[in-house]
Amino acid sequence: MEFISYLVSGISLGSIYALIALGYTMVYGIAKMLNFAHGDVIMVGAYIIFICSTSLGVPAFVSVLAAILVCTVVGVVIERVAYKPLRNASSLAVLITAIGVSYLLQNAALLIFGSDTKSFSSVISLPALSLFDGQLHISGETMATIVVSVVLMIALTLFINKTKPGRAMRAVSEDRGAAQLMGINVNATITLTFAIGSALAAVAGALLCSAYPSLSPTTGAMPGIKAFTAAVFGGIGSIPGAMLGGVLLGIVENLSKGYISTQLSDAIVFAVLILVLLVKPTGLLGKKISEKV
Amino acid sequence: MKMKKVLAVLMALTLVVLCFAACGSSENEGAAGGSTTGEKTIKIGLSGPLTGNNAQYGIGVQNGAQLAVDEINAAGGINGYTVELEMEDDESDPEKAANAYANLMDWGMQISLGTVTSGACVSFQGRAKEDNMFLLTPSATAVDAIEGDNAFRVCFSDPQQGVEAADYISENSLASKVAIIYDASDTYSSGIRDSFSAEAQAKGLQIVADESFTADSNTDFSAQIQSVKSSGAELVFLPIYYTEASKIIQQANTAGLDVQWFGCDGLDGLLRIENFDYSLVEGVMLLTPFTPNATDENTQNFVKAYEAKYPDQASTLNQFAADAYDAVYIIKQACEQAGVTPDMSVSDTCEALKAAITSITYTGVTGKGITWGPDGEPQKPPIVVRIENGAYTVLQ
Repeated sequence: MEFISYLVSGISLGSIYALIALGYTMVYGIAKMLNFAHGDVIMVGAYIIFICSTSLGVPAFVSVLAAILVCTVVGVVIERVAYKPLRNASSLAVLITAIGVSYLLQNAALLIFGSDTKSFSSVISLPALSLFDGQLHISGETMATIVVSVVLMIALTLFINKTKPGRAMRAVSEDRGAAQLMGINVNATITLTFAIGSALAAVAGALLCSAYPSLSPTTGAMPGIKAFTAAVFGGIGSIPGAMLGGVLLGIVENLSKGYISTQLSDAIVFAVLILVLLVKPTGLLGKKISEKV
Repeated sequence: MKMKKVLAVLMALTLVVLCFAACGSSENEGAAGGSTTGEKTIKIGLSGPLTGNNAQYGIGVQNGAQLAVDEINAAGGINGYTVELEMEDDESDPEKAANAYANLMDWGMQISLGTVTSGACVSFQGRAKEDNMFLLTPSATAVDAIEGDNAFRVCFSDPQQGVEAADYISENSLASKVAIIYDASDTYSSGIRDSFSAEAQAKGLQIVADESFTADSNTDFSAQIQSVKSSGAELVFLPIYYTEASKIIQQANTAGLDVQWFGCDGLDGLLRIENFDYSLVEGVMLLTPFTPNATDENTQNFVKAYEAKYPDQASTLNQFAADAYDAVYIIKQACEQAGVTPDMSVSDTCEALKAAITSITYTGVTGKGITWGPDGEPQKPPIVVRIENGAYTVLQ
């Protein structure tokens, strides 16, 4: 029973990693850049929901919609201001810029909202499941996160494979120059990618802070890094890979916390990552070229 | 090219002018200072974070100390001399604290209240030790913060809190099976945990789970909570800060873990988290050096005076303000015992105060019958509170 309990909380944590990793992998797959500010866009989304639900008192789904809207705008603005001018610069320059944007968002939040931790009210109103005479609890947030991650994963895969903008994205991902020659608006496609990635971040923010209800300017930082690891684990650029990587990472982390050591859990997670990358350098579901979407 | 030369000349000129301006202003200050040297004062200096992340602590200390100094001066000063207080902002930074010490020495500090936070105090007291400057820190808890024999403190040290907590739990038979959840990446937390664990075992308590987390993994506590649950612990000791504690208690509630929570002064703040469901922390017990809800006369007078003097700063009426208020009165009592006057050198003052503080017994807002040994640590009974109806209730 203890094992199942560790497993369930591992899946719960993992599905949140997966949700965040979807955003990372999407942007990497198409724009070929690591958007380290992704975790902080999550934090922005969570603060928007917090303000909407506490100060303005609007219903949960309206505040989530507001957060999606604001995050999309924030994501597009970041892309336009910080990343677009560096489109042809070395990838290292873009990476450093992304870290800069991450700090900018964190410190802006610190200035606006202060360093105090805020307690976040869950946006999920599903009751918890209690199984085996109360020995096993599955919270409503866990169930919602798993469902939302799976639905978003399927929706994204369909969008990229079946729609016209999706096809443009795949083309840009494979060969930016050739795509441009074929008449695809590369800039618009990349902006659209950031818009979708940031909207995903808002959803991730809502679920992250509902499951772990506390909010501070650094809330998104660590889950962001873990989710990035999950994306690499599953094969960065691959959407089902992000999902698989996230869930596996959560399970490995929680089982090693439960059975080996709470202090060593992060070390064990990264050791597993290194092993996987040694055997399969592109990650679990990563393919060598093409279809990196 | 020409433009650059002109610019260079201009900049050089600006520099020269600035130099003169600076000289001028320091001369002015000197003159202003000179006019007050007619009457001698006892100068007490300290540093602490007045800006930055820990500003709440520093402002509390500043207010508390200033309140005490004003009261003392109104009542005739120390040994008939007026007391002056000067506080430098160190932003909790060890380097800035060392600079603050130098500035305070230039100002003419005779006695120091050290610094507010531990890291800064380690560097501040290093300088103070060289000068044999008497130091009484209100709130730096790290063992090293008062490493020199010139240094004393008002608050408990980290290991002392662990010992006091274990003693309290065993003396009041709160539990026989105890679990610990602590932050392995934080010296405050692991310091308390080590001493708690040793003392608890010495007192016959059974530690059934010893779980940790780090600053990098302080979001999900389900594994720790699950281990605590299967260990059958009756009480969970949380030597951590309130932010993580609020997450743990919240997640434990979701997981259906029902235990007695017991913490140290780091938990002071649980009732100030915005939008938090305070009913979750009902019954939580913690060691704290000060609570404004205590009914004794000293505390009530202090709270009244503080609220009257700083009406819009209720949030800074915390243990830091109380520690600082007591620190100034402890210095007063020790100075009176030793007969300290403003003419005495820094080193002579320190020798006199060292002898005096180890012989006095002080009762204030942070404890009754406090005494000090030569190691600088205070001996006092801890104050234990329980959260009842969203407020602290003092337990005896």
